[in-house]
Amino acid sequence: MSILVDKNTKLVVQGITGDEGSFHTQQMIEYGTKVVAGVTPGKGGTLFNNIIPIYNTVEEAVKEKKANTSAIFVPPAFAADAILEAAGAGIKVIVCITEGIPTRDMIRVYNSIRNKDVRLIGPNCPGIISPGKAKIGIMPGFIHHEGKIGVVSRSGTLTYEAVKQLTDVGLGQSTCVGIGGDPVIGSNFTDIIKLFNNDTETKGMVMIGEIGGTAEEQAAEFIKKNVKKPIVGFIAGRTAPPGRRMGHAGAIISGGKGTAAEKMEAMKKAGIHVVESPAEIGTTMLKAIEKLQSKKAAPARKVKTFKKVKVISKKSKAIKQKVESKKR
Amino acid sequence: MKIHEYQAKEILKKYNVAVPKGKVAFSVEEAVSAANEIGGNVWVVKAQIHAGGRGKGGGVKVAKSIDEVREYAQNILGMTLITHQTGPEGKKVKRLLIEQGINILRELYVGITLDRALSKNVLMVSTEGGMEIEKVAAETPERIVKETVEPELGLQQYQARKLAYSLGISGDQLRNCVKFLTALYDAYEKTDASLAEINPLVVTKEGNVLALDAKMNFDDNALDRHPDIVAYRDLDEEDPLEVEASKYSLNYIKLDGNVGCMVNGAGLAMATMDIIKLAGGMPANFLDVGGGANKTTVSNGFKIILSDPNVKAILINIFGGIVRCDRVAEGVIDAAKEMHVHVPIVVRLEGTNAKEAGVLLNQSGLNFEVASSLKDAAEKVTSILSNLEIN
Repeated sequence: MSILVDKNTKLVVQGITGDEGSFHTQQMIEYGTKVVAGVTPGKGGTLFNNIIPIYNTVEEAVKEKKANTSAIFVPPAFAADAILEAAGAGIKVIVCITEGIPTRDMIRVYNSIRNKDVRLIGPNCPGIISPGKAKIGIMPGFIHHEGKIGVVSRSGTLTYEAVKQLTDVGLGQSTCVGIGGDPVIGSNFTDIIKLFNNDTETKGMVMIGEIGGTAEEQAAEFIKKNVKKPIVGFIAGRTAPPGRRMGHAGAIISGGKGTAAEKMEAMKKAGIHVVESPAEIGTTMLKAIEKLQSKKAAPARKVKTFKKVKVISKKSKAIKQKVESKKR
Repeated sequence: MKIHEYQAKEILKKYNVAVPKGKVAFSVEEAVSAANEIGGNVWVVKAQIHAGGRGKGGGVKVAKSIDEVREYAQNILGMTLITHQTGPEGKKVKRLLIEQGINILRELYVGITLDRALSKNVLMVSTEGGMEIEKVAAETPERIVKETVEPELGLQQYQARKLAYSLGISGDQLRNCVKFLTALYDAYEKTDASLAEINPLVVTKEGNVLALDAKMNFDDNALDRHPDIVAYRDLDEEDPLEVEASKYSLNYIKLDGNVGCMVNGAGLAMATMDIIKLAGGMPANFLDVGGGANKTTVSNGFKIILSDPNVKAILINIFGGIVRCDRVAEGVIDAAKEMHVHVPIVVRLEGTNAKEAGVLLNQSGLNFEVASSLKDAAEKVTSILSNLEIN
């Protein structure tokens, strides 16, 4: 299994005719994602790649093609509107890739869709991928491998780093969710960790945070009370100075809040395996999973070996008897 | 984006937030004529730099005559002001704000910012005006009163009243305070500010409520719709290297360390800085070259990093992803040749064609150390740093 996106995902791409939108739509199709429609106002009635119909509105894409998920590639000035349009049309999972949306717009969008039956991922994020099933976003598909670890992260390329390590140690990923680097985002760590916690195929999680805000601390609170699956955590930005925005609009230590040290402390207290070095995410997760398996497997294995020994001894007895009888 | 106090007050005035009469001055003569224009018999001469704690550093003086205005302006203009926010090197004062003197009865605090846990804006007031609000929050959190603003509704009158009452304001002052808070929220919202902080907010002996100091920061993502605010940008207040980098649309922040780094993606860039520290070095910068790392971006990156004389080694960490690593390697080689890079460079490229990229780098005849993983990169940085120490 996986979370949010899988083989049943029917994707509509908003902003499909733009440079980014068309390039990544092509990539998503090649990965095997079911892209059913595109939306660019004013270009309705045309086709993308001669096959995928383009509509003027998301509503038409939902009505005609039963789209249930949207990927948004429209420029920042129009992105808030695009999210609201998708939510209004009944899309259930909205993945907003666009970087640079004004915070004021996102405050309005977030609060107006908060209580609706829709999940927004992003903005300013790489998207979601359930390896082998569907890729909604801009991440390189080939580094992923179908497996059992859920990944949730505020970054892009740092997530790829963790994903590569999980693939290299042979664990793979159930689903990877980039929640985005902005101060206001549709889904936070806790939202995604809840989903992973309920997903039977997800055996462990990797959580990659960064300086700024208190979302990691809130997630740690939730994990402490509710999560038994092993979690490996990393916080980027321990060497970042306060008051400076480190690339992401959300990555800023302000008013003494949001330091890496505070976050790592809260995560450790919640039982998360916090790694000092981002190079150790994969190996630490492997150790945690192996430990879990040996714990679970331990009593069962004893019984098995016992039986095996018995069987062997019976067999050898029989052989011995046979040999002896032959001798006779 | 940050602006000066006098600029914040100009904006606030447009939104009907009460501020003292004042004028900016770039010279002693301008300071004197500003004081004459403002009138009265008490003035305040305030250094204008993008940092707090100016009063303690000697950058704010009360003048009781025009001669004193001239004297203080002479002293403060051109001085290097050191406060807890400027760092030990301080900042040179090039602008002054000349303001009318105020009969202060009470000093209070009001701030507006985004509450990230709620994704809503929050107004905070405190009776502890003039103090550092972080200190108040840490030591006496009960003295900070908050009101969260519903985005669909905006700040409501009852909320402003509640905050005013919590400050112990009543009678005639109450109306002024409610008007002040409402106008301040309006200014914050309409200018796409990320912070509006009035510390102190003062109640005068005459019963007026006004902003004695003003600090405003703005959302960089919204600057496109505020050309008037962009015009307030003061390049003197920014690091020259950062200004240069922004011309190449590189995201660069100068730090104090010895290992320069060039990375694609902000999260990975921060993680790379962290790994440099774990390896025993200190990052000299944050540099995110963005998605497409090509010859031009890498060349510009080298240019910026090497302008910092403290840089003893460079770590390039590019997670190629969809971009092909051999292309990135070609860009790195060309750029390093063109720029005559003299310090050792550890290069870690990951993604499509990473192996081919390594071969290209190794055969280039340049001073590259090719790392196969993040761990390997950290180890290579460590060994370079220990060699440097020996020599």
